[in-house]
Amino acid sequence: MRVLHELLRRKLAVFGLAVIGVIVTMAVLAPVITPYAPDDQLFEGLTLEGAPLPPGDSFLLGTDLLGRDLFSRLVYGARTSLIIGIVANGVAVIIGAVIGITAGFLRGFVGTLLMRFTDLMMAFPALLLAIVLAAIFTPSLWIVALVIAMVNWVQVARVIYTETISLSERDFVEAERSLGASRLRILVQHIAPHLVSTMVVWATLGIATTVLLEATLSFLGIGVQPPTPSWGNIIFENQTYFTTAPWLVFIPGAAILLLALSFNVVGDALRDILDPKQKGRT
Amino acid sequence: MAAYLLRRFLGSALILLGISLVTFVLLYLLPADPARQIAGRSATAATVESIREQLGLNLPFYERYLRYLGGLLQGDLGRSYIQKTEVNTLIASRLPPSLLLMAAGIFAELLIGLTVGIVAAVRRRTKLDQSLMVFSFVGVSAPQFVVGILLIYVFAYWLGWFPLSGYGTPAHLVLPALTLGFLGAGWYARMMRSSMLDVLQQDFIRTARAKGLGKARVVLRHAVPNALLPVVAMVGIDIGILMSGIVVVEAVFGWPGIGQLAWQAIQRVDIPIIMGVTLVAACAIVIGNLIADMVALFIDPRIKLR
Repeated sequence: MRVLHELLRRKLAVFGLAVIGVIVTMAVLAPVITPYAPDDQLFEGLTLEGAPLPPGDSFLLGTDLLGRDLFSRLVYGARTSLIIGIVANGVAVIIGAVIGITAGFLRGFVGTLLMRFTDLMMAFPALLLAIVLAAIFTPSLWIVALVIAMVNWVQVARVIYTETISLSERDFVEAERSLGASRLRILVQHIAPHLVSTMVVWATLGIATTVLLEATLSFLGIGVQPPTPSWGNIIFENQTYFTTAPWLVFIPGAAILLLALSFNVVGDALRDILDPKQKGRT
Repeated sequence: MAAYLLRRFLGSALILLGISLVTFVLLYLLPADPARQIAGRSATAATVESIREQLGLNLPFYERYLRYLGGLLQGDLGRSYIQKTEVNTLIASRLPPSLLLMAAGIFAELLIGLTVGIVAAVRRRTKLDQSLMVFSFVGVSAPQFVVGILLIYVFAYWLGWFPLSGYGTPAHLVLPALTLGFLGAGWYARMMRSSMLDVLQQDFIRTARAKGLGKARVVLRHAVPNALLPVVAMVGIDIGILMSGIVVVEAVFGWPGIGQLAWQAIQRVDIPIIMGVTLVAACAIVIGNLIADMVALFIDPRIKLR
């Protein structure tokens, strides 16, 4: 409650929440608010010469090279972005948290092994890894989400690991230990609750990263495959015509920017509120 | 100190070994059959089999990996399946454009980021500060390929100031470097601002002010140099993000670097090239991290040597 209250006092965060709200609503209500099916190739969607139509009366945001309504494709593309953003990042935060907590709590051989593996993954060029993974599995919506999760869990693991270590050395944990609390009880009752805020922050900021990575993979042609619309693959399909039909590149581009920006500002505000160490920096 | 350095170097070597193994396993899992691709559609089973034998693809997994590792130790990255050239030669010819792009990208992100950060910190809590911070959020949230296409649209297609794409003259470098640096500029602006705020609160700044130095002199001669080092040290950690950026920027601008090389290799399943570029990129990242740690150590000797 306090967090929400604080959040609503920040202009940027309110802007971010509003944009996320609008995009989520549009994605949920997609079949109701779109005038056409996203992959309907409309006869009246092209000029007599076969060129796409610019934004105007009959087509709010214009049409693409195949005469499909861009607005309808964008709204359905929002579903793709949000599903991948939430699933991929959710999985990444869970993997990262499990590895980070296990390594930080168990330490010893298992801990070292897990963190060495994390270091290794950190030195991996992320986009190349994602591209190779996407090439191994035929990309579908869920595969793309998993590929992104496999690339993005690393930072979460690092952060959670460091926090777990510093928490387990704090006096209140030491006190519990001397009172004879079991290791499991210390972990669940005393350490895990303190990690929740970090995970909330990463769950928000990470969605921005995920949305951008999905768009990038789709732009390179190895993300979500057409005809399923995604903001990245709309640009991929139309990029060569950006001089004659700029709306086909810049409208979806603006959509990606807005969504990533919103999650970034909300996540940043959450970090400010939840992490008192950062206070006074603004 | 020497022991610490030695341990870090060994650790880095182990990481690179691990990366070569993981990449090798991943590429081993690729569903495509390189031998059939080289032979072409009309080739007989016998031809495909002989190519497979020639490339050592019929050997068990561990033997293939050990062979590859053996070559690697002698600095040999193998031969491209499709281009029939040494991977070393290919990478060597593609590396200079990428390094140039990267250096220019780092220059752009530092120039924009640090300036924005300093101005925002000096004008803290003003409208200017707020708008600069919104700008930095836009920087970190903008998809690089869209930034690239937008810059091409405005400055190359519309205004005609720069070439649309390609490589060669300094003019070709401007837009790709700006595209690559835009993302980082957002991060550096935020880090520089917070680093400046830390420094501006310290006693020696108050002393300098008390001595009657002008505000500009205090900021430029006393605050900025102290705030700069921890931020610039981040460039080492940044190499990984730049490596990802290079793949995208090179694709948008048709820049003939290792990003393009890797991208084409992945589409043609040219495994030796993919391995080679991944390892070169990983090397750069590991070295970058090492340098960042060394600089951090140099800035603050109190950091524990772990």
